[in-house]
Amino acid sequence: MLDRLNPFGKREPLRGVLALYEDPDTLLLAASQVRAHGFANADAYTPYAVHGLSEALGIRKSWIPYVTLVMGLGGAGLGLLFQIWTSAYDWPIIIGGKPMVSLPAFIPVTFECGVLVGGTMTLAALLVACGLPDFSTPILDRDLTHDRFAIFIPESGREWNEARTLEFLQGTKPVELRVVRA
Amino acid sequence: MSDHAIAALGEPPLIDSRKSFADVSNEVAAPTNQKPGTLWKASFAFCLLLVGQMGATLAYQLQSGLGILGIMHPVGWGTYITNFVFWIGIGHAGTLISAILHLFRQRWRTAINRSAEAMTIFAVMTAGLFPLIHVGRPWFAYWLVPYPNWRLLWVNFRSPLVWDVFAVSTYFTISLCFWYVGLIPDFATLRDRASGWKRVIYGVLSLGWRGSERHWQHYERAYMMLAGLSTPLVLSVHSIVSFDFATSLLPGWHTTIFPPYFVAGAIFSGFAMVVTLLVILRKVFKMEDYVTLHHLENMNKIILVTSMMVGYAYATEFFIALYSGNPFERFVFLNRAGGAYWWAYWTMVTCNVVAPQLFWFKRFRRSLGVMFIVSLLVNVGMWFERFTIIITSLHRDFLPSNWGYYRPTVFDWSVLAGSFGWFFMWFLLFCRFFPAISIAEVKGVLWTAKQNAKPASKEATHA
Repeated sequence: MLDRLNPFGKREPLRGVLALYEDPDTLLLAASQVRAHGFANADAYTPYAVHGLSEALGIRKSWIPYVTLVMGLGGAGLGLLFQIWTSAYDWPIIIGGKPMVSLPAFIPVTFECGVLVGGTMTLAALLVACGLPDFSTPILDRDLTHDRFAIFIPESGREWNEARTLEFLQGTKPVELRVVRA
Repeated sequence: MSDHAIAALGEPPLIDSRKSFADVSNEVAAPTNQKPGTLWKASFAFCLLLVGQMGATLAYQLQSGLGILGIMHPVGWGTYITNFVFWIGIGHAGTLISAILHLFRQRWRTAINRSAEAMTIFAVMTAGLFPLIHVGRPWFAYWLVPYPNWRLLWVNFRSPLVWDVFAVSTYFTISLCFWYVGLIPDFATLRDRASGWKRVIYGVLSLGWRGSERHWQHYERAYMMLAGLSTPLVLSVHSIVSFDFATSLLPGWHTTIFPPYFVAGAIFSGFAMVVTLLVILRKVFKMEDYVTLHHLENMNKIILVTSMMVGYAYATEFFIALYSGNPFERFVFLNRAGGAYWWAYWTMVTCNVVAPQLFWFKRFRRSLGVMFIVSLLVNVGMWFERFTIIITSLHRDFLPSNWGYYRPTVFDWSVLAGSFGWFFMWFLLFCRFFPAISIAEVKGVLWTAKQNAKPASKEATHA
């Protein structure tokens, strides 16, 4: 039902092999084997953030902190410039005998602008990085947000061999193996 | 998992070790799947009643003006500003729990951070009402925002009241972002447990989250960044609220101790409110296994610490007033403790400094009855703290011919009661429709039977 909400229409078909695990420790072991085996596109699905999983799979560190830094500083800078422009240039008024550019008095709003822009842009960056909202990519298994852990190896490249991939994943002791065609 | 570290410290597990991952999602999601009980319905109806009578008072106020309230000359700030500072303060504990304890890796916070953050958002929503209804002409409240207009005027950025507008709106927005980011994976869990229209609603709210590790990687970093931003933010908000007073020239307000004093008081009152709410929540929604006595005891320790900080601030303020040699300053403080409003001052001291001393004893820290009563007393005391600061500094100013005695009217109390109704109304809705405990985070601190059985898997964790 949710798929119909997707405003962006067509999506790439999802094909690959899914291995389900019952606990995070088996998953972590499997993940490091998957990486050692050279599956660069492999992904894991977990109900919570399992620490060490990104490293085990060789997923690069997120770039979101840079967005926060740049947007936070940018927001603070713009906030300060805006205060200086309105107070000293657009309509200069002397208030309480203070200088036109009363830097100490401008600090609170400058800080708040930095946090406001930095924070909202961090959320925006998270949505962009994860491609959310996304209602079209199928949910591989409903238990993946519940009590199951999974590794998904997407079909890719010319040397893709489904039988061999299945055989390899069987060696990582999953509770279930599935071929995904969605 | 990280639980190995907790085990190595010889600490008990954060959550009952017999819980499985499935138990967590099922039990936390339970209130969202059942029809609410009579208690919930009755409380909700009562809250609506309180909000309704507040609506009537506000309508009457709009028609007649602020004169219906107790405010008069020389006390121009009454219970509205008291309520504003009180509710903003309540919100602070939520951010402290969600952001600062996150940065300090205090993993016991996972069971309480969701409800505490919800409390922050609803408290700020409540606080935000007061400046709006206090401006007299609320339909011009948007003049507080600097926007290009045909009068070609800008706001005065040197005014602490304008700083307040920025601080409170930023605080609300960022708390909402932070809360929502935390909710995304839990909405996905609810979506995958539900069917029909519920699945669609939770599905839309979850934005299509699937729990991919490539997403979790970004998610964890973004959550950390938001926690990092919220930490100085929460300290700034109550500091800026205190500037409303501290930057004036009035004795009793014009002190440099105000920012830290206000922040400590805010955390103090907020934790008391969290304890009040959680004692009820865990009972009504049967979440005793998640919000354990251990969590409540930790919060009571924080209440004790912040109570001492607040008590220290009261003492310092008094000492400096006497020591400064400034006769006006000295008068204000002697007048606070022994003047016309002595009862407000000593209510404040009794509730805020004396009552929490019970928490020195483990027996009382772990007693639900004691902590519930103390947390209510602290809330009363903190309301009176703001009342004392505002009213006693204003009611006897420099000219004795100017003095007066402020009495809140029935309309003041109506709006105060309504604000509680408004706050609890949102909180009740939250408990009913949202996961009141962070499912994904609690799973992260779970000791599954399997991990218990073979701690040898440590190597795998660090692979």
